Amino acid sequence: MSGASDSYLTHTRGFWSWALTLDHKRIGIMYMVGILGSFLLGGIFALIVRTELATPGPTIMGFPDAASEASPAEQAAENMVAIAPSSTTGRDLYNHMFTLHGAVMIFLVIIPGIPAVLGNFVLPLMLGAKDVAFPRLNLASFYLWLFGAIFFVVTLHTGGLDTGWTFYTPYSTSTNSAVVTAVLGAFILGFSSIFTGINFIVTVHKLRPAGMTWFKMPLFVWSLYATAIIQVLATPVLGITLLLLAAERLMGLGFFDPKYGGNPILFQHFFWFYSHPAVYIMILPGMGIISEVVSVFSRKHIFGYQFIAFSSVAIALLGFLVWGHHMFVSGMTPLAAMVFSALTFSVSIPSAIKVFNWLATMYKGSIGLATPMCYALAFIFLFGIGGLTGLFLGTLSVDVHLTDTYFVVAHFHYVMFGGTLIAFLAGLHYWWPKMTGRMFSDVAGRWACFIIFVGFNLTFFPQFLLGTRGMPRRYYDYSGLLDSHPEFALLNLLSTIGAYTTAVGLVAAAICLLHSLWRGRPAPANPWGGGSMEWQCPSPPPHDNFPKTPPVRDPYDFSYLAYVGPDRGFVPQT
Amino acid sequence: MTQAATSSHDSSGHDHPPFLAHHYETPKQQFDAGKLGMWIFLVTEVLFFGGLFCAYAVYRATHPEVFIYAHQFLDKNLGALNTVVLLASSLSIAWAVRCAQLDQQRALVACLAITLALAAVFLGVKYVEYKQKWEHGLLWAGRYQAAESAETANHAAPEAHHAGNPESAPRDVGIFFSVYFTMTGLHGIHVVAGMGVIAWVLVLAVKGRFSSQYYNPVDYTALYWHLVDMIWIYLFPLLYLIH
Repeated sequence: MSGASDSYLTHTRGFWSWALTLDHKRIGIMYMVGILGSFLLGGIFALIVRTELATPGPTIMGFPDAASEASPAEQAAENMVAIAPSSTTGRDLYNHMFTLHGAVMIFLVIIPGIPAVLGNFVLPLMLGAKDVAFPRLNLASFYLWLFGAIFFVVTLHTGGLDTGWTFYTPYSTSTNSAVVTAVLGAFILGFSSIFTGINFIVTVHKLRPAGMTWFKMPLFVWSLYATAIIQVLATPVLGITLLLLAAERLMGLGFFDPKYGGNPILFQHFFWFYSHPAVYIMILPGMGIISEVVSVFSRKHIFGYQFIAFSSVAIALLGFLVWGHHMFVSGMTPLAAMVFSALTFSVSIPSAIKVFNWLATMYKGSIGLATPMCYALAFIFLFGIGGLTGLFLGTLSVDVHLTDTYFVVAHFHYVMFGGTLIAFLAGLHYWWPKMTGRMFSDVAGRWACFIIFVGFNLTFFPQFLLGTRGMPRRYYDYSGLLDSHPEFALLNLLSTIGAYTTAVGLVAAAICLLHSLWRGRPAPANPWGGGSMEWQCPSPPPHDNFPKTPPVRDPYDFSYLAYVGPDRGFVPQT
Repeated sequence: MTQAATSSHDSSGHDHPPFLAHHYETPKQQFDAGKLGMWIFLVTEVLFFGGLFCAYAVYRATHPEVFIYAHQFLDKNLGALNTVVLLASSLSIAWAVRCAQLDQQRALVACLAITLALAAVFLGVKYVEYKQKWEHGLLWAGRYQAAESAETANHAAPEAHHAGNPESAPRDVGIFFSVYFTMTGLHGIHVVAGMGVIAWVLVLAVKGRFSSQYYNPVDYTALYWHLVDMIWIYLFPLLYLIH
């Protein structure tokens, strides 16, 4: 039933019908364009960083080699660097690049990514609702996101940012780069995140159809709900922290300055009180997508529904109690460190509950390896590695050695990229037919997934080895370390090759999806055989979603659906 | 989805009352959704200020002598006056909600106007206080001018005499004023924002948009205003009444 003349895409036309739309589906699409654009930007920064590290010594940034015989002019230039860190040399450029990579990817891509794009699009559809609870607030969230993104772009043009995405004091209060602009951008993005969170919580509470009790909701809805709770509880603390930092720079407030009796460690506590829960803002919605995809493509009811639902909430709540594990070497009492370490381990329980339930869902299922399922399997593998290596970092004695090494970099990329972004790709491919009304080439999609999977592991697995052998993160050069660690050269080169492989895979996935817009065959209402409500309206959905709210069923009961060929997909058997 | 709701609602929403958004089934659903949203927003506000209260607790614990010394420079009388003003404004806006529920249009407008006026009085008093601090150099850490202020402030704040002579001023007094200006300043910004919202609601009330059937914005605004009031109720003893 595709290609209907009145879909949300064709309901009204013209620029302003999009720019001022209150339709959650169009807002989701606008978010998608913005967020994928930011992803491209952040990815380019990542490739620049990896290219510089491909070989020891200067590769593309041409910083003066301190060890070699530098000309007097160069030495003078280096002294200048020591005095005035604003002058952009190759090494400063490197600092700017990895900072902007981190800041763009975290604040503009991963945190809003899944809720704002896929959540916006599917949440009301999954509830059989016409829209989210507050459509105007939803549009405001998007423009706040855009406004925050503009601040980041301005940062890029006015001195850049070299603090790392964490803005640690005292460096962030003394560097000459554009910290205030970036911090205000992140502050505004925080508002966007809070408003999305409020919207989703109220939508889940108040717009569920009659008969959809809490335990009949799709698990993606549960995960968005848990995410929204973290968004509204944690983000305000980041807001006040960033305001204090900006005020510290602008007017010498002194909260984080020992000169006035302030304490820089307090900044770290404030920052991680938000930013650790934010890790679960990133991963929880991804887990929700995997719960949907694994069940649908195994043609089997999700295993342990209530455990998965409650584990989302448990992760959300436990996530607030573990921020100290980012600060084991920053200075805290041994007792506090032990408590934070123990609490950190407790997060692995709900995480493992999810993974085992997914595996149990697949067990004896009729597994179909369509593109979304390939991404879901990649997610389980990569998240498994990312999660288990987190235990090393939560262990006090091991963490002391691994802190600020590439082991940390590899760990959080396995969770953030291998987890969140792979899940985002799974969800994007899963709901793409619903969003656009077009089927992409499954063969091309699977190839792209395979290339990304190989490239990802090639990029980040060597970084585990680098980290355990002592390569520090955030260094622009490692030529001085080669005498004792000759293997660093090969491992870094492999990592860079992997980064380019991943980039090729991502471009292939993008081409695969974009190609479907023009050449893809029309998508049926239910191409994958999903049981939740969004598959019961046409693809793409009409402006009002459902003429009449469909009857509420168990979203993981597929027994009544029968496949009747590629044109009509799965249809209910009556 | 009550019987009444389904009968009054068809797919295109023609029978909706004008104030009911198209994606809600009933006015009650819309009211409850808005109210829940406002409560969650207030939770975020509490956490926003919670960070500051946390910083207050940390610095009061690490610098107790600074807080005991420096709070003498705050004017308890003006602080108490502002507390009364804000409490009165909370009463008037609560009354406004009751007026809306009872369809008393003129009283509704009057109560909202009184609330707005009391908010302005609060800011006026705050201005007087800030001006005194400014004149005596009692500013946040980076701008705090200790030598001059300790002497001159004794004239401004008579109670400082009891605190001991200026020579006994502890180190890092500026951190107290950093806390003071940040907390009261952000609270002041919330008062200004609240005045904007109340003014908007007042305009709608003058136009007669509210009735016992629909008074959602009045109710939500009142909730927000009570929070602004409540934060001040904590700020006043924590900053002005230290022993």
